[in-house]
Amino acid sequence: MFARNKIRIIKAATFLLACVPLAKMAVDALTGNLGANPIEMVLNRLGFWTLTFLALSLIPTPVHDWLHVAWPIKVRRMLGLFAFAYATLHMLWYAGVDQLFDLHLLAEDATKRKFMAVGFIAWLFLVPLAVTSTDGWVRRLGYLRWKRLHRLAYVVAVLGTIHFFWREKADTSRPFLFAAVFGLLFLVRAVTYFRSQTS
Amino acid sequence: MRSWRPDLTEKDVTPKETYLRRREILQMGAAGATTLLVPSLAKAGEPQGQQLTVARKIEKAGGEGLTSWDSVTGYNNFYELASDKESPARSAGSLKVRPWTVSVEGEVKQPQKIDIETLLRWFPLEERIYRMRCVEAWSMVIPWTGFPLADLVKRLEPTSRARFIAFETLFDPEQLPGQKRPLLSWPYIEGLRIDEATHPLAFLSVGLYGRVLPGQNGAPLRLVVPWKYGFKGIKSIVRITFQETQPKTAWAASQPSEYGFYANVNPEVDHPRWSQARERRIGEFLRRKTLPFNGYADEVVSLYSGMDLRKNF
Repeated sequence: MFARNKIRIIKAATFLLACVPLAKMAVDALTGNLGANPIEMVLNRLGFWTLTFLALSLIPTPVHDWLHVAWPIKVRRMLGLFAFAYATLHMLWYAGVDQLFDLHLLAEDATKRKFMAVGFIAWLFLVPLAVTSTDGWVRRLGYLRWKRLHRLAYVVAVLGTIHFFWREKADTSRPFLFAAVFGLLFLVRAVTYFRSQTS
Repeated sequence: MRSWRPDLTEKDVTPKETYLRRREILQMGAAGATTLLVPSLAKAGEPQGQQLTVARKIEKAGGEGLTSWDSVTGYNNFYELASDKESPARSAGSLKVRPWTVSVEGEVKQPQKIDIETLLRWFPLEERIYRMRCVEAWSMVIPWTGFPLADLVKRLEPTSRARFIAFETLFDPEQLPGQKRPLLSWPYIEGLRIDEATHPLAFLSVGLYGRVLPGQNGAPLRLVVPWKYGFKGIKSIVRITFQETQPKTAWAASQPSEYGFYANVNPEVDHPRWSQARERRIGEFLRRKTLPFNGYADEVVSLYSGMDLRKNF
């Protein structure tokens, strides 16, 4: 009973914390703290938080494997879904608010500009992950197949980081930071994998 | 009985600018109203700094409304201070604009070092209201204070061998800490063909809104070339070199496929990563069409007759 309550509290706290960036954008919008180009500022922040939640969603597994702490696994799905939510808002903000759903322009973006195409493909790959995030889908697919499908998250991380790299004009320090974080998370997984193979 | 006390203060009064635009704001709907209202509600910043004496004013932006002082001085690309747009305004204090000398070199009658105070006395200051189109597809309308570049060129008497002018920004990583990181090859170099430099629209700015130019806008002396993308407008100039060869300009050297030497505003030639057909005027919600040569085509197109502007982007 106590453990259940604890998990409930952890989940509620994670949910609230994950909403903070969005709430901050709303407050900043109302108090005029989004700078001279608020549309661009919101777009950039949504993109930043997409990659951040993607990275956060990749942390519980190695924490469980290496430190034998189980509770982060309980919020892994939520973190992944927040990555999807921020990614979707990011894309809708660009398509809807920035470009006003001008389909001609959006088609041009997706076909002529590789950094836009990569970002869009990354979002597409997140869709099946969000859809199959329920317990029902884990059962339907079988755990192993479900697990294999959800390795797409690594592809999304790579594509999302490339999208960020290609967008920058000169200062690539922030995309580089994400590349380093994702690289570390991949490395830890690789070590876990090889250790399990040899033992 | 307690006496009535008003719960509204001066702060609650709708700013005049917002009040005057109330119909426009309502028409734009919620999203538009937010972007319009928010900056004006939060900080209706008045121009600051020492006032400059302006001899005459020339409006060259088709009567369009000015971009607010806060936006012009708070949204800056000045990588030598910081690579984002909000930080330069906060960190500009590290740039010391006095004493300041501008070194004139190369193919001129007399190479010399000019103190900025001397330079300011050479020409009467005028205000020029220009559109400014950034290569990143946003734009502003800015009241610059300064003097025509042509006047300086004439006074310096370039030799017949001077075909280009190269400008150089101060290199001092203590004052401009962004130069500690190799984002571009420092110092920043920009340049113009001599006939571009002597065009009446080419301008050297020492002020904004009739006030001394703030550091983040390129104090104490910056270039303004309104028919070109904003990155041509080199900031905090310390060297002007007249030369025979085309200068290796900073952005063109760093990404030759994305930025050219000419960098004339051209809605038909896209940046590889975004369209240049439209732009967002800062303070507005809807994007507008970008004009060839930023709307100055009639005055400058003859400079480029016979040139392929797709190749010479």
